[in-house]
Amino acid sequence: MATTTTTVPSAGPVAGSRSFLSRLREGDEIARVITFLFAASVVLVTLLLVVELWQGSVLPRHKFGFNFFRTSVWDPIFDRFGALPFIFGTTVTAGVSLLIAVPLGIGAAIFLAELAPARLSDALEFFIDLLAAVPSVIYGLLGIFIVVPLMREYIQPGLKNTLGFLPLFQGPAYGVGFLTAGVVLAIMVIPYIISVSREVLLSVPRDQREAALSLGATRWESTWKVVVPFARGGIFGSIFLALARALGETMAVTMVIGNTPTISASLFSPGYSIAAVIANEFTEATGDLYLQSLIELGLVLFLLTFILNGLARLLILLTSQRGSEMSHV
Amino acid sequence: MKRIAGILLVALALAGILWADTALSINGAGATFPYPMYSKWFDEYHKKNPNIQINYQSIGSGGGIKQVTEGTVDFGAADGPMNDEQLKAFQEKHGSGILHFPTVLGAVVPTYNIPGVEASLNFTPEALAGIFLGKITKWNDPAITDANKGIKLPANEIVVVHRAESSGTTYVWTDYLTKVSDEWKTKVGKGAAVNWPVGLGAKGNEAVTGTVKNTPNSVGYVELIYAEANKIPYGNVKNAAGVFVKASLAAVSAAAAGAAKEMPEDFRVSITNAPGKSAYPISSFTWLLIPEKFSDAAKRDAIKGFVKWMLADGQTYAENLSYAKLPKEVVAMEMKAIEKIQ
Repeated sequence: MATTTTTVPSAGPVAGSRSFLSRLREGDEIARVITFLFAASVVLVTLLLVVELWQGSVLPRHKFGFNFFRTSVWDPIFDRFGALPFIFGTTVTAGVSLLIAVPLGIGAAIFLAELAPARLSDALEFFIDLLAAVPSVIYGLLGIFIVVPLMREYIQPGLKNTLGFLPLFQGPAYGVGFLTAGVVLAIMVIPYIISVSREVLLSVPRDQREAALSLGATRWESTWKVVVPFARGGIFGSIFLALARALGETMAVTMVIGNTPTISASLFSPGYSIAAVIANEFTEATGDLYLQSLIELGLVLFLLTFILNGLARLLILLTSQRGSEMSHV
Repeated sequence: MKRIAGILLVALALAGILWADTALSINGAGATFPYPMYSKWFDEYHKKNPNIQINYQSIGSGGGIKQVTEGTVDFGAADGPMNDEQLKAFQEKHGSGILHFPTVLGAVVPTYNIPGVEASLNFTPEALAGIFLGKITKWNDPAITDANKGIKLPANEIVVVHRAESSGTTYVWTDYLTKVSDEWKTKVGKGAAVNWPVGLGAKGNEAVTGTVKNTPNSVGYVELIYAEANKIPYGNVKNAAGVFVKASLAAVSAAAAGAAKEMPEDFRVSITNAPGKSAYPISSFTWLLIPEKFSDAAKRDAIKGFVKWMLADGQTYAENLSYAKLPKEVVAMEMKAIEKIQ
């Protein structure tokens, strides 16, 4: 209070309370409190979620302890539960999908933002937004009826014949499996990457491009060396969004992954993801230990998302520091 | 303020009157397999008794058992009977028991896709258990070919397809395999979801059918109704009397008739691998789970009335929807059991 009266010379002795009152009357203070509550509710919901998942998984945490993360048997009849194949499946499918979606998505975004005529870019953006809004079960059906037969008949035999010496592409070609799930996920997340990255690229100030061009850079050089690094933060943001969607996607994955808890070096092998097993088994999980093990899987998915996001952020921090150093040179 | 309060009060009172005036609402939840049958029954019963409205959510057998135990629904429904542990849990929570009422019967059939093979295949119990245990891996294994003389089976790898999510269909299938194979019993066991030794998981009858149709050399299992509606090939299974039987409503009823003679008081019976020459071995009842004691007399009478109707007139709707009717003996037993509901 004392500091406000001294630092604001024109105000009288009651200036502090009066300005608070007037601010209240003008709505600033109310808006601040309300928006603060909204922001706090996000944290609150997250905390509640963790507490709920933690409390709901008492039995398996006590019975299996850390072995829950290390064992790979999932047997509801004999009450043995291990999460490893599901963690593996979730990570691998999300990884495969990003490997495919990131180059494709960013490439498309660069074309739409920098190279395509504005009218074409806007028209395509409409289709991309449409794709992003398609329900995941539709992508799952697309997967079953188009991607799976294609995989079984052409892509998997082709990969086997050319790259079959790698353990990644061995084993029988069922059509369903990690690779197919990754491909379907990639199709689902590409619109997110394109849409967000395009917006970010378009928001790069004009003078950045003009400066590069005036220094004699070609169009591609100005795009690749100036505009893209400038928009790097937003582009990584789009990849986060894609990663989050890929990790949590349930319906489309369960339709094409094969739903078998396996850990295999081969991408052709059928697998299982955390979200898929929860969705498939939750409604009919009869025993307490069984049900709580599924809840603990939810906790694991939460942790996994947390860790992978953290790692991704760390990666960005490291690369962006190097990037900014370079731009100073 | 007072006026608003007054208006609200009047509105509430009106709503209360309207509410009381509408049909008595009874809620149930559980098995998905008999859902088409149940929704038909509840609809017909509501037409005959406009003051009674029965709502049913097909959330799965496990969910039905859980909800009726917690008391969030008035009755449950399941494709596999409640086990002793679940019965005890109900007894502890409510201080009284729960009754099983068989409603209709269904069958689960092995379906397959072998390029070049059009004929209806014969499956022995040993072959089915071996395939699903992952011990029989090729279609030309002697365990399969010996039962199918005259059909040329390829030397291709068998792709096993099973249900991914928990389901009553899986319960019936694994219950059968547990009875015919000791190895299955000790290694895998029976349940709505099990630890499958081999195979791909597909979600729902639709996806199992789709995967089998799309995958050459595959074998899976689906409900008979589903196989018939989709016109997909399904095999004959060797029953306890040593005869290969193709699943049909008559063959399912025959399995039930065999079991009816030894029906226990509480109706918790498995009729897989039933005796009788014409019995289809992978058949099962499906049950309504009704608490013994109701605190609300109106609900109790309504449910008793419905069960009585279901056992008499209701059964006539079954065959049109491809479910097998209950044997007469079982109906008579159930009529007596209704009186246990208080």
